[in-house]
Amino acid sequence: MAESLAAHEVPLVGDFSQDTPDNALAGVRVGVITFPGTLDDRDASRAVRLAGGTPVPLWHDEANLHDVDAVIVPGGFSYGDYLRAGAIAAKAAVMSKVVEAAQASENPLPVLGICNGFQILTETHLLPGSMIKNDHRKFICRDQTLRIENNQTFWTSDFEAGQDIVVPLKNQDGQYVADAKTLEVLEAENRVVFRYVDVNPNGSRNDIAGISNERGNVVGLMPHPEHAVEPCFGPSSSGFGTVGLRGGADGLGVFTSVLNKLVGA
Amino acid sequence: MSEKKFNLDTVEHAAATPDTELPWAELGLKENEFEDVKKILGRRPTAAELAMYSVMWSEHCSYKSSKVHLKQFGAKVTDEMKKDLMVGIGENAGVTNIGNGWAVTFKIESHNHPSYVEPYQGAATGVGGIVRDIISMGARPVAVMDPLRFGAIDHPDTARVLPGVVSGVGGYGNSLGLPNIGGEVEFDECYQANPLVNALAVGIMRHEDIRTANASGTGNKVILFGARTGGDGIGGASVLASESFDDTKPSKRPAVQVGDPFAEKVLIECCLELFKGSVVEGIQDLGAAGISCATSELASNGDGGMHVDLTKVLLRDPTLTPGEILMSESQERMMAVVTPANLNRFEEIMEKWDVEYSVLGEVTGSGRLTIEWEGEIIVDVDPKTVAHDGPTYERPYARPAWQDELQADKFIGSSADDARPTGAELGEAIKAFMAAPNMCSKSWITNQYDRYVQGNTALSMPDDSGVIRVDEETGLGVALATDSNPRFTRLDPYEGAKASLAEAYRNVATVGARPVAVSDCLNFGSPEDPDVMWQFAEAVRGIADGCMELGVPVTGGNVSLYNQTGGKAINPTPVVAMMGVMDDVTRRTPSGWAPEHDGQALYLLGTTGDELDGSEWARYKGHLGGLPPKVDLAAEKLLGDMLVNMSRDGMIDAAHDVSAGGLAAALVEGCLRFGVGARVGLGEVAERDGVDTFTLLFSESLGRVVVSVPRSEEVRFKDMCTARNYPFARIGVVDAESNALAIQGEADIDLDELREAHEGTLARHFGEVAPS
Repeated sequence: MAESLAAHEVPLVGDFSQDTPDNALAGVRVGVITFPGTLDDRDASRAVRLAGGTPVPLWHDEANLHDVDAVIVPGGFSYGDYLRAGAIAAKAAVMSKVVEAAQASENPLPVLGICNGFQILTETHLLPGSMIKNDHRKFICRDQTLRIENNQTFWTSDFEAGQDIVVPLKNQDGQYVADAKTLEVLEAENRVVFRYVDVNPNGSRNDIAGISNERGNVVGLMPHPEHAVEPCFGPSSSGFGTVGLRGGADGLGVFTSVLNKLVGA
Repeated sequence: MSEKKFNLDTVEHAAATPDTELPWAELGLKENEFEDVKKILGRRPTAAELAMYSVMWSEHCSYKSSKVHLKQFGAKVTDEMKKDLMVGIGENAGVTNIGNGWAVTFKIESHNHPSYVEPYQGAATGVGGIVRDIISMGARPVAVMDPLRFGAIDHPDTARVLPGVVSGVGGYGNSLGLPNIGGEVEFDECYQANPLVNALAVGIMRHEDIRTANASGTGNKVILFGARTGGDGIGGASVLASESFDDTKPSKRPAVQVGDPFAEKVLIECCLELFKGSVVEGIQDLGAAGISCATSELASNGDGGMHVDLTKVLLRDPTLTPGEILMSESQERMMAVVTPANLNRFEEIMEKWDVEYSVLGEVTGSGRLTIEWEGEIIVDVDPKTVAHDGPTYERPYARPAWQDELQADKFIGSSADDARPTGAELGEAIKAFMAAPNMCSKSWITNQYDRYVQGNTALSMPDDSGVIRVDEETGLGVALATDSNPRFTRLDPYEGAKASLAEAYRNVATVGARPVAVSDCLNFGSPEDPDVMWQFAEAVRGIADGCMELGVPVTGGNVSLYNQTGGKAINPTPVVAMMGVMDDVTRRTPSGWAPEHDGQALYLLGTTGDELDGSEWARYKGHLGGLPPKVDLAAEKLLGDMLVNMSRDGMIDAAHDVSAGGLAAALVEGCLRFGVGARVGLGEVAERDGVDTFTLLFSESLGRVVVSVPRSEEVRFKDMCTARNYPFARIGVVDAESNALAIQGEADIDLDELREAHEGTLARHFGEVAPS
């Protein structure tokens, strides 16, 4: 078992982070935070491992990043979405360290927020705007096409600009909203990183699925690239699918991007 | 607290006041049962004891009407069937060895009545309850499934019940991080005012992590942890008012429990950490009958006794009486037995996860379950008499007088069999049929469930089974299907139950998994009605005989009786959940052909007889009568074996079971799975089977599967079918160019039009969500 698991003991059946291949990428340590109510932490860790990196579990209550090179704030229902999705988690001890490191003037920490993680990042104001209930007011799980609008961020550099990918989307509070000025700035500065294609599944402004901060080290998105990292277990596995049987690993590029970027840096 | 809130009915007081009137009838006990309680105790029960016996001896907890029949599940088994069974019937859930040191536990339960009263919370706590059963075995829950049955789709009350149930299943399961990988949805007016909400959960563990519910080791601590105890779910709360002094206390409490999935998610992780550190000796979830059930079951499964101080229970509502505390069904609670040496470690884990707990008492050598309240003994019983020695009834049953008439009312020749469409009409008819409530796509529902979380879902709806990876290194995993055909079961309960079993077996094999274990949820009307009791007895006999023939053991399940409104029972609904094992889930076979399968040959395995009675076409035309299709379990077993081998050896790339809606539905669903068309010619096979094209398309004969075979594999495929002597016929070819299902000489059905018809029905009735 990788040494990195010792940071805190995750109660598991089985092991999601077997030893990673011995190469440069394996030296990249990517922290994955667990809050009470986090659901997709094991999946995010698996995605890091499949991309070639080393996942490091981080515990919400510990103000310590354990020397990780990047952080993923995974999806789920932290604190049961009570008060407001992401609002309580944003105040966790570990998040104060994430915010500090993400805003460092030199070598700012790459941070990815997925779904509830995106909500948490907006609550910490690392990213602007916020998420409200889907316009149809129901939980929705679907295979969603996204356009990579900006491939200059830490988390999208392995994609082509304008490339379309299909990853699962699953949420209840996924409607991205921001005031007109913020939207204008996001568009003008090319900070809309992912945009919904074909179907806007929740009423998000400007079909926005994911955005970045000014420097491109912090990215948040509602859909789940960590659920599209292995053929057979991604979008091709279900639904009245239009994704081919051997597809389903489009999300892996998000995780290889940050590893390659950090190794190259 | 110095002020006494109620007259405490102590054991001493009960012995001294034998003639005190007790509300046993209001609590649901029959007079003979109350007399039995007095005989067991040698005195009248205290109010608290009465509460315990009444809930534990209820139909729901004691299986008093059903257990004489359920015994067959334990009797009709061979040693061969038991070889992989690690924990059998009687524990919270059965456990099956799937190899490589892995074990799987799964169980299906009902939450029918609460879901009618309060659809959202009823369905949500149904998921919560079954998941806690799985945790209690020491397993990490990895998936859920929900077979749901509602009244007529256009009945106003269905518009209240269905969206609430679906939101409840999703709201709870999604928040727990459990993929929902399948189930069933049926609409039938027999479920009006009595919807069926069944919930299945499956969990995985290493062999050494299996836990059971027993309290052993004198001096070990008994600890209640999780949510606080409140007044929710106390069915008979009002009758316990006789205990109360105080008129100002809250009296009307909800009889339906309220769920908090966040608390349960934390409880799951916290329990897994307890198991991992071997911190608990025994564990039991709190479900029906709450603390009454947990204490009496833990104590009677152990080797000694138990003493509990009820004043130590952490309460949400401080006005609760001891009887109410014992009966409360507040959710998200667990009870553990912990050695004094492990107590510190236990406390650390509780603190890490911010879970509240209190040490209620300890395991004793007395052989008795004693409960005290403010220093006085209010319960002193032999725990086995509460948990296991409830009453047993041999309810009278008899074949209903109307059964012959029902069976004589064949579809063929009935007024419903008025027009058998052919040619272009057939195309239109198939489109309309595939939009009917029971044939339409259920994606409106399943798209409100998370099917991806945990990253191990290899298949889910609309495929024949849900498939979950267990071992990431080898790809070892399980497939699960739930099936019931209540219409067949009404026509012939014995054969109908067997047909439901056969379908579940076939669905598991169709995705490529070897069926290994069964759990069942038996939903029936009132056991006091001899007609219903006959249906029940016949269905149980059918499942037990069928399991023996298929060589697959029943590992547990649940019985739900009294499903009837106004004297009219539901169609007998035995839901069979089948679990299968796959060595490598990446070899799973989906239910339709993909673009890369263009040009592959489509084969139909099995033969079609004139079996339209009880079919979906008959329902579509408003008819229910006749005899269900013949069940040949030896053939099903052979077919299953072939499908598993074909999948493993790469002989087939798609396979879809032919069941509800017949071959017509199987072909449509096969095309729509990936939006890829097909050309079929049915003349030859119709001639072989001696039926017309219409019958070939809509009959629901069992033992049939449509498969897509790569050209390079056709010889091997045919050789295998020939060698096994299983009927097969080439019926067509995958046609990725056409965007149509073309039935030669009859109709060309455009896939876009088909999809629109098939997908649109639920949204039209219950409102648009985002397109699927």
